[in-house]
Amino acid sequence: MNEPGHEQQSAPGKPGEVETTGHVWDGDLREYNNPLPRWWLWSFYATVVFSLIYWLLYPAWPIAGTYTKGVAWINYEVEGEPQRSHWNSRALLLRDMQTGDAAVRQREFLQVIAEADHDTVLSDTDMLAFVNSYARGIFGDFCAACHQTGGAGIIGLYPNLADDNWHWGGTIQAIEQTITRGRMGYMPPYRETFDDQQADAVAAYVLSLAGHEGGDPEQVSLGGAIFQGYEGGCYACHGREGLGLKSQGAPNLTNDIWQNIDVTGAQSHAERQALVRDLILRGVQREMPAFGDRLSPAEIRVLATYVHQLGGGL
Amino acid sequence: MKHETIETNAGLLIALTLVVISIGGLVEIVPLFYIDDTVEEVEGVRPYTPLELRGRDLYVREGCYTCHSQMIRPFRDEMLRYGHYSLAAESMYDHPFQWGSKRTGPDLARVGGKYSNDWHVRHLIDPRAVVPESIMPGYPWLARRDLRYDDIERRMRALRIAGVPYSLTEEEFAANVERFGEETARQLDITRARENLEAQARRGNYDGDPSRITEMDAMVAYLQMLGTLVDFTRYDEGYFVEFR
Ligand code: HEC
Ligand code: HEC
Ligand code: HEC
Repeated sequence: MNEPGHEQQSAPGKPGEVETTGHVWDGDLREYNNPLPRWWLWSFYATVVFSLIYWLLYPAWPIAGTYTKGVAWINYEVEGEPQRSHWNSRALLLRDMQTGDAAVRQREFLQVIAEADHDTVLSDTDMLAFVNSYARGIFGDFCAACHQTGGAGIIGLYPNLADDNWHWGGTIQAIEQTITRGRMGYMPPYRETFDDQQADAVAAYVLSLAGHEGGDPEQVSLGGAIFQGYEGGCYACHGREGLGLKSQGAPNLTNDIWQNIDVTGAQSHAERQALVRDLILRGVQREMPAFGDRLSPAEIRVLATYVHQLGGGL
Repeated sequence: MKHETIETNAGLLIALTLVVISIGGLVEIVPLFYIDDTVEEVEGVRPYTPLELRGRDLYVREGCYTCHSQMIRPFRDEMLRYGHYSLAAESMYDHPFQWGSKRTGPDLARVGGKYSNDWHVRHLIDPRAVVPESIMPGYPWLARRDLRYDDIERRMRALRIAGVPYSLTEEEFAANVERFGEETARQLDITRARENLEAQARRGNYDGDPSRITEMDAMVAYLQMLGTLVDFTRYDEGYFVEFR
């Protein structure tokens, strides 16, 4: 390989000819000199100037155990006391939460709703519109994975919130409690207690409570005795008339609305009876998680109002 | 030095190129080893228990991080959806951390306690059984496979080398009692790892099957503790700003 040689740097003479750097390799290999376009060069200088200003304003250069904090400041409040910090995303968030337009408007609405009584909220169209749009968002984030997007739930797993049948109560207060503290729906399994005949009988009685004709009258009366007696003890939770007990989350068995088994979808009386019998034998244990630590009381109020409205009822 | 000297000397060109491009990285990374106030001082953060640790390893094995981040950023919309923004302290014992930025699914940094164990089990076996719109793949084998934990001590020893305070000696145990309290310190004791793992799986019964310890037990134990260690009601709003 030849050592690179030198020539005079050449300026373009004729049009179409390009300036070279003057370096020559292998005798005739020359390097074009294409200067950067002006706009590019000046943009580059501008970014340099920009970074100088940036370093001045914002946290930038590390020095020993700390760093230059910059001269841009953010003002916010902690418990009413004004505070100042160098610019950073956490302080920025605090300021945004405290004085940002959207945050302030949202907080004002939430506060009004938290302080108003339930009937006022339900009859005020402005408040209701806010409740519905805000709650739809948080219902999607926190509840829909179980109760499904429209609140219809999944039979056997998560209760339907869009009807007016409530295990724990459908008033806004009761729903607030459900959300804040969570609920543990529990009915003991009767596998060890009942033999086949008894289980069939109780199932027949439960179906008769819900108005399903076609059960064997003998079974129904035997079932009734077990339901109301010491052996079954069902009345302790579901009540003498089978109307349920909200403090236990025990459902009303007379309204033919079923959360755990698809009785109304079954084709024959025998199929319905089998569904109820199996449920009694295996019992129920379902958990609704507590959201008191995750959502603020105002958010829970908004959610409870929204959920109450889905189906109404008490 | 002249332009030409560098340009005509390949070795020098490579060396100087390396110097120039490493400046950017060094300036960004090295200071983090010295700046002492990036990790917040908070109560409650502790290393994983043996069962949670196995769950975390499964989380990495299954590639959950390819769709889920564990990093709530300090923006208002993220706080409304996921809860308090993540702290550096909350992942100080993670090697490697699972921050990520790919969110095909939601952020999981505070998913602990949001759902029931039962929901997680159903969801992991077949996501569409509970969330019809979901595009998450199912992981049914987690419920079928027995959890392997005969190597749990070795996993903890490896993390100990990386600086996680799992204890091997009496002194280390005593230091953990001082730092985390008796109960947690016992969980961090490598010599008791197996019995701790079995006890937690039995007590928690995460997968609903008390007769055996499956990979599902470990995964759900891990998911249910994510983001639950720090009690944010104990710190005023301005506290975490001081660490920036
Ligand atoms: C992990 C699944 C899960 C999540 C998430 C969940 N729930 Fe529930 N929810 C349940 C289960 C299961 C029950 C039934 C409890 C029982 O057996 O009584 C329930 C019951 C309820 C009830 C009582 C229904 C009645 O008939 O009295 C209400 C109200 C309710 N949930 C609202 C909500 C709201 C609002 C959210 C979101 C903040 C939510 N749930 C999130 C699982 C869930
Ligand atoms: C300890 C209280 C308790 C006792 C005793 C009890 N139940 Fe229940 N039962 C419940 C609760 C709570 C539920 C609702 C569980 C849920 O939805 O999470 C329920 C649900 C049911 C259901 C399903 C209703 C539906 O909507 O799907 C039937 C049927 C039923 N019980 C029948 C009986 C019968 C028959 C007996 C007696 C053999 C009985 N229960 C004893 C508490 C009890
Ligand atoms: C292909 C991308 C993908 C992968 C891989 C994936 N997920 Fe998901 N994940 C999703 C999507 C999308 C959702 C939201 C829909 C849903 O709830 O199923 C989700 C939701 C979740 C949720 C509920 C979060 C919430 O707050 O509602 C959990 C928990 C979860 N995933 C855990 C896991 C675990 C554990 C793994 C690994 C074993 C995993 N995911 C792998 C996409 C994914």
